[in-house]
Amino acid sequence: MKADVGAPLAPSGLGQLLRLPAYGRKVGGAAEFVVIPALALAASLVLFGIFVALFGKNPLDLYFYMYQGAFGTWFSWQNTLTRAAPLILTALCTALPAQLGMVIIGGEGALLIGALSATGAALALESAPPLFVDLAMAAAGMVGGGLWIMLSGALRHYRGVNETISSLLLVYIALAILNYLVEGPMRDPTSLNKPSTREIGADNMIGSIPGLDVHWGFAFGIIAALLAYVLIYHTVFGFAARVAGGNIRAAKVVGLNVGKLILVICFLAGAAAGLAGMMEVAAVQGRTNANLAAGYGFAGILVAFLARQNPLAVIPVSILLGGIGASGGLLQRRLGLPDASVLVLEGVIFVMVLASDSLYGRFGFLRGKAA
Amino acid sequence: MNFDRISRRRVLQGTAALTLGAALPLRPAAAAETTVGFIYVGSRDDYGYNQAHAAGAAALKGMPGIKVVEEEKVPETDAVEKTMESMINLDGATLLFPTSFGYYNPHMIKVAQKHPKLRFQHCGGLWSEKDPKNAGSYFGYIDEAQHVSGVVAGYMSKSGKLGFVAAKPIPQVLRNINAFTMGAKLANPKVTTQVIFTGDWSMPVKEAEATNSLIDQGVDVVTCHVDGPKTVVENAARRGAMVGGYHVNQAVLAPQAYLSGAEWNWEVLYPRFVKMFTAGETIPNFYRGGLKEEIVKVSPYGPMVSAEARKHADEVKAALIAGSYVIFKGPVADNKGNMVIASGVARGQTDPELEKMNYLVDGVIGATS
Repeated sequence: MKADVGAPLAPSGLGQLLRLPAYGRKVGGAAEFVVIPALALAASLVLFGIFVALFGKNPLDLYFYMYQGAFGTWFSWQNTLTRAAPLILTALCTALPAQLGMVIIGGEGALLIGALSATGAALALESAPPLFVDLAMAAAGMVGGGLWIMLSGALRHYRGVNETISSLLLVYIALAILNYLVEGPMRDPTSLNKPSTREIGADNMIGSIPGLDVHWGFAFGIIAALLAYVLIYHTVFGFAARVAGGNIRAAKVVGLNVGKLILVICFLAGAAAGLAGMMEVAAVQGRTNANLAAGYGFAGILVAFLARQNPLAVIPVSILLGGIGASGGLLQRRLGLPDASVLVLEGVIFVMVLASDSLYGRFGFLRGKAA
Repeated sequence: MNFDRISRRRVLQGTAALTLGAALPLRPAAAAETTVGFIYVGSRDDYGYNQAHAAGAAALKGMPGIKVVEEEKVPETDAVEKTMESMINLDGATLLFPTSFGYYNPHMIKVAQKHPKLRFQHCGGLWSEKDPKNAGSYFGYIDEAQHVSGVVAGYMSKSGKLGFVAAKPIPQVLRNINAFTMGAKLANPKVTTQVIFTGDWSMPVKEAEATNSLIDQGVDVVTCHVDGPKTVVENAARRGAMVGGYHVNQAVLAPQAYLSGAEWNWEVLYPRFVKMFTAGETIPNFYRGGLKEEIVKVSPYGPMVSAEARKHADEVKAALIAGSYVIFKGPVADNKGNMVIASGVARGQTDPELEKMNYLVDGVIGATS
């Protein structure tokens, strides 16, 4: 999936800055980026309301409980943000390679390998001061996850293997490695009915953001998304990546080292997912076991596509999906809807947002005349 | 895209949220004397582990002053912490049943510490003194029911080959396989149980493959220990094999092939807990029991089960209920020829050694690793 780079009607970031468009046109373009996704979202909610009404539930109740469960109370906000935290990082694992025109869907594998590497680092450094252990865990998690996705990048660049397939298959290999290590060499012999590694220790847990019941993964996710945005839209490296994503031959003709771009971007993408895995260990689980394969990597793909592969848009989209997840529980409890109804809503939103892509540039009044 | 666009979008979202917030005052959850929350790891109609718990929750719904809230498919991550807190904050739940093993530590422990006045009851965990006092764990000795089911299987198998589709080689699962096999050997000392581990709790494709492969090897009675036995039961019945159920009664899925099965009896236990809770009594932090305590039960025998099999199985069941019978009584050898329970040693159900079981007994074909 290509980024919206170079699409004439939707100039983005650097290109737009260079061309210094008229104020009205800029605001009009901006309005389009708000209005169209909002329309797609509203249409999805209406469709979902009809779907729920077919099962004899009141759609107004549905909207009320969704709002209450996701954003209606301070607790609900924290619930939403907690669920959004891992999604920001795993979404970057798909959004960054997308700048190069690559479709990486193996963030789950990088998350698992990142978690394993981070746990390994913590267990190897048991007597070290907690800050040092946490830094080592973050480094190990990012390197582990980074190398995992870089493997897909390298297979693509050197051997011509499709990166979508290879990254997906590597998820199952990562899961098998995790199960092998957790049930074998790294198993804590006292973890009888739930094979797990030893715990990293309460002192090494990084806990919540002060004043919030949301773990630090959310803050690091936002920082990572901002860094990714700056990297892609405000650096020469990011410009080169987008050029290569737009036309790989042209990039080679102008002398860009495409292989290096692929490997570095894939490493950074995997590092983001690896950091998500490290955070799950250091802030939530305290050890590695099969619980880590909770599907955050796969949910990240959905986030990245809904965000149209834009690293900044990943943040609000993660919060939106976190909110849907958080409200899903209330829908089950108050309306008696099955868990799968949330998947229906996510699916409808996904299809509507992708379909709404064709609307960009069709609203003349939003451009030029607007504002 | 640049920053003004994003900030605009977020401002709009924020404004919308605020307007909605002002327009819709929060409706409190419907008043009930006690709200009990149930959390399941899978879907509550899985014909298995989660359905058994949901049946227990359903048994509470008729009790006066009790409101039940349920949430299914909650993963064993911080999502379950938030689900518990959501039930506490938005529904006013005061008694919670997070029913999956992986919810216990660190998730339920953490939430229990945060809400010391509420009560948390976990299925399967091993509560110890260092855990919060308002947390508890309960579980059933379902191997007793498997043992009785094994007696039936031993009589009914014509080939003398039984099959067991199992999730993971962990103590609880090994104990079921061993108890089942030892039961079958009471009926037919030459019987063998071929075990296949699928590697995880819910792997329908692998469970179907395992069932087919067992039947291809001549197995004519298949049973299992996975979260949702539906796949195994239906496939085995379709291939003409007989089946033993697990978690709940699956006879409806295969009425002509269902011999017996080991079931949870949460519909007896949960009302018992809730009565203790509403009466202000202390629920024991560590609660276990088997057939005698009505925490587990044996499915009614299928129509094809012979009179001889019924008689022997009923005798074993009665002895277990009377407490005069020990399943894991030496001498017991594992399937590698090592003596694992010495002659003269009787390991009763509460023996902590059984919680660490890491072997398959003689007669089981398969390996723990």
